[in-house]
Amino acid sequence: MIRKLCTSVLALLIAGDAFADWAVNMPKGVTRLSAETYEIHMVVFWWCVAIAVVVFGAMIWSLINHRKSKGAVPSQFSHSMIAEVIWTTIPVIILLIMAVPSAELMIKLEDTRDPDLTVVITGYQWKWHYAYQGEDVSFYSTLARPSMAARRRNSGIDPSTVENYLLDVDNRLVVPKGAKVRVLLTSNDVIHSWWVPELAMKKDAIPGFMNETWFRAEVSGVYRGQCAELCGMDHGYMPVVVEVVEREAFEVWLENEKGGATPVATASGELK
Amino acid sequence: MSGAIANAHSKHDDHGPVKGWRRWLYATNHKDIGTMYLVFSLVMFFCGGLMALIIRTELFTPGLQFVDPSFFNQMTTMHALIMVFGAVMPAFVGLANWMIPLMIGAPDMALPRMNNWSFWILPVAFSILGSTLFMSGGAPAGGWTMYPPLVLQTGDAFPFLIFSVHLMGLSSIMGAINVIVTIVNMRAPDMTLLKMPMFVWTWLITAYLLLAVMPVLAGAVTMLLTDRFFGTSFFLAAGGGDPVMFQHIFWFFGHPEVYIMILPAFGVVSEIIPTFSRKPLFGHDSMVYAASSIAFLSFIVWAHHMFTVGMPLTGQLFFMFATMLIAVPTGVKVFNWTATMWKGAMTFETPMLFSLSFLFLFTIGGFSGLMLAIVPADIQYHDSYFVVAHFHYVLVPGSIFGVMAAVYYWMPKWTGHYYNERLGKIHFWLSTIFVNVTFFPMHFLGLAGMPRRIPDYATQFADFNSIASAGAIGFGLSQLLFVYIVIQCVRKSGAIASQEVWDKPRGLEWTVPSPAPYHTFETPPEVSPGAAFP
Repeated sequence: MIRKLCTSVLALLIAGDAFADWAVNMPKGVTRLSAETYEIHMVVFWWCVAIAVVVFGAMIWSLINHRKSKGAVPSQFSHSMIAEVIWTTIPVIILLIMAVPSAELMIKLEDTRDPDLTVVITGYQWKWHYAYQGEDVSFYSTLARPSMAARRRNSGIDPSTVENYLLDVDNRLVVPKGAKVRVLLTSNDVIHSWWVPELAMKKDAIPGFMNETWFRAEVSGVYRGQCAELCGMDHGYMPVVVEVVEREAFEVWLENEKGGATPVATASGELK
Repeated sequence: MSGAIANAHSKHDDHGPVKGWRRWLYATNHKDIGTMYLVFSLVMFFCGGLMALIIRTELFTPGLQFVDPSFFNQMTTMHALIMVFGAVMPAFVGLANWMIPLMIGAPDMALPRMNNWSFWILPVAFSILGSTLFMSGGAPAGGWTMYPPLVLQTGDAFPFLIFSVHLMGLSSIMGAINVIVTIVNMRAPDMTLLKMPMFVWTWLITAYLLLAVMPVLAGAVTMLLTDRFFGTSFFLAAGGGDPVMFQHIFWFFGHPEVYIMILPAFGVVSEIIPTFSRKPLFGHDSMVYAASSIAFLSFIVWAHHMFTVGMPLTGQLFFMFATMLIAVPTGVKVFNWTATMWKGAMTFETPMLFSLSFLFLFTIGGFSGLMLAIVPADIQYHDSYFVVAHFHYVLVPGSIFGVMAAVYYWMPKWTGHYYNERLGKIHFWLSTIFVNVTFFPMHFLGLAGMPRRIPDYATQFADFNSIASAGAIGFGLSQLLFVYIVIQCVRKSGAIASQEVWDKPRGLEWTVPSPAPYHTFETPPEVSPGAAFP
C-alpha cells in the first residue's frame, strides 16, 4: 500500500499537467441565473473576507501586543453595553444587505412559468432517464463505457487516460440554446439529485414527488455534473451530461430520435 | 439536598475508590464516570479516525485502489455515526461529569446510579453498531442521516443500526437529565444562575437541547423500523408516505444536535481564554443570552439542510432568514472572546493555543456556514465537498479542539501533574497545520463541483484530494502524540501541579487540591454573597 501511495505521488508530480486544473471557485456558468448565483456567492464571500480582516485583525493585534512576555498588565474591564449593542447591530445590517438580493434571486429561480421545452428526468439506481414531454422521445443515460471499464477496482486503466473520466455518458440530454427548459424531477427508487454546476441547478429526484426547476442556457457546449444525493453503491457513477446546441440542430436531433432509433448522435461528441 | 449528602459522607470522608473492576463497573463517582466517558470517547475517536483514513486513502488518487464503493459508503456512514455519537458527545459528557460538580460546588452528580447506567449503555450500543461491519450486507451505508428509502436497503445491519441509535439516545437523555438536575438543585448556596461559570451554562443549555431532540430522533428511526418490518409506509411514497418527512424530522433533531456538539466547546473556551488572558470573561451575561438565542434558533432552522428537496418559496425564505440570524449571537460570542483577550496579559500554554485555534478556525467554519445559508448559492454548495469542508471546520477545530483544550486545561487538576508542555505545543502545531491541510482544499473541491460521499472522482479533482489525504494522515498520526502525552500525565511523570494549577484562574474547581480528591465539596463551599464566581 505504501509503495502504491509513493508511486501515486510520483505519478502525480510527473504527470502534473494531466491533472493540473486547480479550479478553486464556483463556475460562472452559462445561464443568467448561474451568473447571478456566482455574483451572490462572491458578494457574500467578500463580506466574509472583510469581516475576517476586522475580527482576525483585532485578534492578531491583541495576540501580538497584549501578551505577558511584553510586560502587559491585564485590565479588569468585563462588560460594555455599548460594545454589545454595536456588535449586535452591525451584523444585522450586513445580513440584511446580503438577504435582499438573495431573496430576489430565489424568486427568479422558482419561476418555472412559460417553458419552451419540458424534460421529465427520472432517477434510477444508478442512471438517469430523460423524457421530452409531448415529443415521444425518451432514453436512459448511463456512465460511458471507457469510464465504466476504468472505474473497476484495480482495473489497470489510468483514469487520467480516460477522457472525461466519470463525467461522460452514453446518451446526453440535448437542449436548444436560449430556450427555457423546464425540468421535472422524480425517482423510481431512492432519492437522487440532479446537479450541473455550469447551470447552477441542483434539485432532488424523490420517489413519489415531482420537483420542478428550470434553466436557460445561453452558450452552446457540453456541461457535466453528477448525482449529488447519496443513492447507494454506485452513487459516484451516475453523471449528468447536458449538451446545449443551436435550435436548428436540436430540431434535427429531435426528429432523428423520433425515428425510433436508439440515440447515437451524441455519443461521439459534437452534433452534425 | 446537598446538605444531606454532605452529612452522609462526612463520617467516612477519607474513603477512596473500591479496588479492581468493581470500581468501574459499579461506578457512581462522578470523577470515575467522567474518566470512563473520556477514555471511551478517545477510543471511539481513533475508531472513527481509522475509518476516515480509509476514506482518505481511497481518495488519494482517482480510480479505485483499496476498497469497493459499498465498503466506502459503509466507512463514511460509520465514521460519522461513531464521531458524532461516540467521540464528540461522550467527550463533552465526560467533561460535564468531571467538571460540573467541581465548578458548582456539588459533591457529585445528582443521580449517580443513572449516571452509571447512562455510561455503560454506550459500550453496548457501539459494540452493536460495530458488529454490523461483519453482518451480511455489511454495515449501514446510507449515510449517517439515514434517509429513506435508501437506508431501508441496508442488509441485516438495519435493525441493529436502529437499536444502537436508540441506545445512544437513551444514554444521552439520561446524561442530560442528570446534568439538568445537578445544575438546578446542587449549586453552592450563593451561586445564582447568572453567577454560574460559562461551561456550566452552556452545558445546561445543551442538556435541554438533548432532552428536546433525542426523543425526536428515536421516533424517526422507530418509524424507519416499522416501515421495514411491520408494513407501515411512513416514508414510502408507494404506500402514501413521504420520504421528505423523514428529512424534516431528522433535521429537527439534527440541527440542534449541531449545537449540542459545539455549545460545550464554547463553554470550555470561555473558561480558558479568561485564565490565560488574566482577565474576567467579557460580557458574561450577554454570552449566556447569546448561547440561549443560538439554542432557540437551532429549533427553527432545520430545513436549511434541505434547500434542494423542493420546498415552497416562502419556506425557503423563512429558513434562509432564520439561519442567517444565527450569525448574530455567534458573532456576539466571537466578539466577546476577542474583547476578553483585549488588553489582557496573555500567555500561550497548550490549552490557550487550542482555544485560539478554535477561535480562528471555528470562525472560518462560521463564515462558510453563512455562505451556505444563502439559498441560491447553497443550491450550488449543497451536498458538495464545500459542505464537508464547512462541517469539519466547525467539528474538528471547533468541537474536538474544544475537547483537547479542556483536557489540557483540567488534566493537571485530574492527575495532580502537569502534562509535558513542550510535547503539548508540538501536538497543537501539528494538529492545527494538518487540520487546515486536510479540510481547506475541500472548499475548493466543492466549489469546483465535487459531490460528497463518492469513492472516486473526475481527474480534475485529483490535486486537492491528494493534499487533503496527506493532511488527514498527518492529522491522524499527530493524535498518537496526544495519547502519549495523556498517558505520561496520568502516570504522573510531569511536574507536580499546585491547587490553582494556572495563574490565578477563576472558579471553584481551583479551590480543591490537585489531584482532586475522590470526594469533593462534601459540605458546600462558602462564598460571600457579593463575590463573583466566574
